[in-house]
Formats: sequence, C-alpha cells, structure tokens
Amino acid sequence: MTGTNKEQRRKERIDRGIKVRSESLYAINSWEEISYLVAPRMLFIGFFLLMPFFLSHYPYWGRVGLSVGILALLSISFDFLANYVGLVSLGGAFFYGVGGYASALINTELGLPPLLSIPIATVVGSFICTAMLAPCLPLRGIYFAIVTLMYPLLMIRLIEALDIFGGTNGFRGIDGFGSIWIEQYGLVFGLLLALFGLRRFVNEDAGLVIRAVKDNDQSVRASGISVTWTKTKAVFLASLPGCFAGAYYIHMYSNVGISSFALDLSIMPIAATVIGGGGTLIGPVIGAVLLVPLSEFLRDFGSLRIVVYALVLTGFVVFRSDGLMNVISRKYQQFERWVKI
Amino acid sequence: MFADVLVYGFIQSSALLLMAFGFSLVYGVSRLPNFAHGAIYVLTAFVAWALFNQVGLPYPVAAALAIAISGLLGVLIYYVVLRRVRGMEISEVIATYAIGLAVLESLRYAGFRGTSYALPALSDGVVFIFDVPVDHQRVWLTVLGFTMVGAIWLLTRYTKVGRALKGMAQDERAAMMLGIDSDRTAALAVGLGSMLAGVAALIIFPLGSLVVEEGYKVLIYAIAVCVVGGLGSWAGTVIAAFVLGYSQYITVFYGKPHFQMVVMLLAIIATLIVRPSGFFGKQKQLEERV
Repeated sequence: MTGTNKEQRRKERIDRGIKVRSESLYAINSWEEISYLVAPRMLFIGFFLLMPFFLSHYPYWGRVGLSVGILALLSISFDFLANYVGLVSLGGAFFYGVGGYASALINTELGLPPLLSIPIATVVGSFICTAMLAPCLPLRGIYFAIVTLMYPLLMIRLIEALDIFGGTNGFRGIDGFGSIWIEQYGLVFGLLLALFGLRRFVNEDAGLVIRAVKDNDQSVRASGISVTWTKTKAVFLASLPGCFAGAYYIHMYSNVGISSFALDLSIMPIAATVIGGGGTLIGPVIGAVLLVPLSEFLRDFGSLRIVVYALVLTGFVVFRSDGLMNVISRKYQQFERWVKI
Repeated sequence: MFADVLVYGFIQSSALLLMAFGFSLVYGVSRLPNFAHGAIYVLTAFVAWALFNQVGLPYPVAAALAIAISGLLGVLIYYVVLRRVRGMEISEVIATYAIGLAVLESLRYAGFRGTSYALPALSDGVVFIFDVPVDHQRVWLTVLGFTMVGAIWLLTRYTKVGRALKGMAQDERAAMMLGIDSDRTAALAVGLGSMLAGVAALIIFPLGSLVVEEGYKVLIYAIAVCVVGGLGSWAGTVIAAFVLGYSQYITVFYGKPHFQMVVMLLAIIATLIVRPSGFFGKQKQLEERV
C-alpha cells in the first residue's frame, strides 16, 4: 500500500428517511410518501401499457416490443427458479418449446382459437414440464443445471429422430390473433400478471417455504415439509410464464418448429436476468427491455449477436454480479457518504 | 458383422475418452467446470488449420503451436474469469459456458463452415484388424488416446505437480497449508485440460471436416462421460467412455444416426436422476441431492 499517511475512508450507506417512513403506517401520511412508493411501480406499469400505443405506428418495432415481452416472461421464470427456489435452470427453452408445441397442437388439432388455446397450453404445458422435470428435482446446484441444459437438446433430437410433430420442418397454418391490439395487450396483460403475481406470491406463506428451500433445505425438511414436493410446486409456477411465452410466440408467427427449443432461448433469459439484477423479478424485465433492442441492432451481423450476448453475460457475471435493478433500488432507497475510519 | 461392431465400437470409445478426458481432468480433479471445453477443442483445430494453410508452417510446428495456444487460453480463462467467481459453481458454469459460446459463434461468424476445412491425417493407409479394414488415423487415435490417459495417470500419481492437483481436489485448505499455490495449480489444471482438448481435436478432426457444431457436441459428450463415470474417478471415466462408445456405435449400427445424440443425452439425464455422483463417483450423497 502506498498512501499509508493518507486518511482511510469508506463508503457508508444509510436508508433514506422517506424509505423508513413509508415502511409503516406513515406511508399514507402525505402525497410524498405515497408517491415514493407508487411512482416507480406506476412508471413501470405505465411504460408497458403505453408501449403498444406508441409502437402501433411502427409495425416492425411493434414486433420488437412483443419480443421484449416474450423474453421478459422467460427471464422472470429463470429468475424465480434461480433466486427464489435455488434451482438454476439452463434450459429455459424447454418450457418455451413445450408451451409452443402444446398450443400449436391444441389450435390445429382441436381447432380452438388462440385466446383459448394459449391459456390451455400454458396450464397443460406446465403440467407436462413439471412431470418431466420432477425426477430431477432432488438434485442440487450444478447437477440440476446440467440436467436442465440437456432437456431442450433432447427434445430437438427426439423430434428429429422420431419424426414426430412435423419433424425438422415443424408445422404451419396456426391461427394468428387477427388484431394487433389483442396481440399487444394480451402479452402485456400476461407479463404484468406473471410479474406482480409472483412478486406477491413470494411474500405469502407458501412463498416463504419456497424461499426457505433455497436458503436452508434441511430446515424445511426438519419442519416436516417435503422439499421435493415444494420444489415441484415451484417448478410448476415457473413453467407457467415460460409456457405462456412459447404458446404466445407461435401464434404471433403462425408456425412452430424445433427452433423453439434452440439454445439462445435458454441463454438470453439468463443474460437478461444477470444484467437486470437477479432476485428482484423486475430486474429481468428491465434486462429484457435493454437486450432485445440491442439484439435488433445486431440482427444484420448474424451469429455475432450471440457473441455479444455471451460477452456481456460473462462481463456481468464476473465483474458486476448484482445487476442494474439492485444498483438502482439501492440508490433510490439509500444515500451514501464517505466516512473516516 | 460382430467384428465390425467390436473394432469400430472400440475406436468410437477411444475417441470419446479423448474428447472427455480434458474436461474430466479439470472437473474431476480440480472441481473446476470448464464449459468452454468444446469451444477450445474446435478452436485448436481451426488455429492449426490456419497456421498450416494460411501461414504455411510445417504441420508438426503448426499443431504444436496450436496446442500451446489452447493451453494458454485455458490459463487465461482461469485468471480472467474463473478466479473471480471461484466457489460459486453456477457462476463458473454460466461464465465459462458463455465464453465457449462466444468463441464458437465468432468462428461461425468468421465464415468457417462447410466441408472445405480439413486437417491432414498422421499417415494414410489401411490395416486389417480381425479382417475389418481400419485406416491408420483410427489406429493412431486409439494408441495415442491410451498413451495420453496413461501419461496423465502417472503424472497425477508420481509427480509433485500432479499430486498438487489431486491435493487441491481433496481438501483445498489443507493443500494451501502445505504450500500449494491454489491459483497457480488451478490455472495449471485448466491449461492442461485445454491442451488435452486440443490434442484430441488434432487427432479426431482428420477423420471428418472441421465444423463449428462439433464444439457443442464435444461438450455434451464430455459431460456425458464425466457424469456417467463419476467425478474424480479414473476407472469410471474409462469405463463410461467404453459403455457409452459401444452403446452409441450399436445404436448407429442398428438404428438411425440421429439416435447417437439421444443415447448420450438420455445417459446424462438418467444417471443424474438415479445416481448423481456417477457409477464410480466418490461424492457424498447429500452434496448433490436432498
């Protein structure tokens, strides 16, 4: 150390007064406190409710907006599993693909319209995903990560090898939405429901048990609650947004193929979550809002897109592992000052 | 017919062993998951190709340089990335996997695709084993594969460096107390693993043409051998390579080539569900499942 005679300082963080006040009944003391709590949420909801409105003049960017929603849903699913349940899934594409194929089959075989086939496919697909992942749920840490990485790859190979569900070509002729307003607001509604539903859920009693599984599964076991069964329920909840995203996407483009299980669909949600800030549920959505337009600008460069994603992801994992949302909320709720040691 | 399966199954198994060995060494011995393994495998082959065809170096020099570069890359990956996230397994997996992805996709972007890229074989010609024609390269593959495994086995058993590698895997703190530099040993392990991936690439690629997709395949094969055999077990790795190699060859022989990958993926999933520590692993059960 060179500056031994220089005075040593460190950064201290203290909660803002308004943050402390708005934690209790004083939250409804004045407009200041109320808006401190409500404004960020309203800003977020307002952004998503107004986005289709502004983008309706630009069909291309409207599509990009929809991709943001799809990626955001997948990222929420990843974040919930990784940071609330402690199951890091490297196979987000599995949920997506199962939801997509389920909706395509329901739509083409049973002839149900998208507004029915998507919800049904979401629930049915989630049951299928949960049932298929159930045997792996006792696994912890890296073992679960490896096994989930293999699932979407296995689906691709099985569909190719057995030539089921249209084989390598997939199938076309799936009904679209008809109106861009239904298309846009259906997705925004699904996204907000998934986001705020899960946010509420993790603070309920059942959510506490799920979070306990992540922090200390032996204590959950000691309380007489089955760890594996709790994880099963959590995986079902995480499959819902994933399958919804897949089901929604195939109706947007009216076709489905094995690319629904493709690798980048597993990587992009992880990148969005790591950049946006894991463990916040809002963070992954912000990550998706930043990443999707970036990838649109890089569209002309083909596979260079994935390179950029991968490098950004590595950079954030290694150097900035807390992500944007955690930094923003720290700045919003606390002030910093330098103090002498 | 039977001799065919016997001989080519053996070669397939040796190839698997070669592909998986570097990964298995790094993860099994030093507990560092290097998911960039497949990318380094492909990269070494392309570097050797470029040095040989573009720069015009003689092939042995080009090959040696390429292997050295892959070793350096491994060391670099350790110091820049792995060292900072050491101990957080998931971050290690995600970070190395992302690096592998970046390498492979940049190669694809640089336009390395199609069948125009190939590495020269060590020697041409055909020998007959049990009346089955086998070309020289495949014989080399088997011989070199086993020599390499044997050499590394001796290294970890009888040399100071090798024993340091093993010590780190067994108990890092105790190893540090005995004066083993944790960072240097781990960097060495990753570098050695990458070099092994490079050697494997230079032996196996002459059998076909250079393609980027091979990188993803090799990573999955390596994980399969490692998982089925059990982490940290030498005998397990070899036996798993043979079980998987033969089952792969038999499925291809009697079924469609598509099933080759299905066999591997199912083996990984089934093993992890039934016995996560692999069939010869020496892990404590509770560390991996509830």
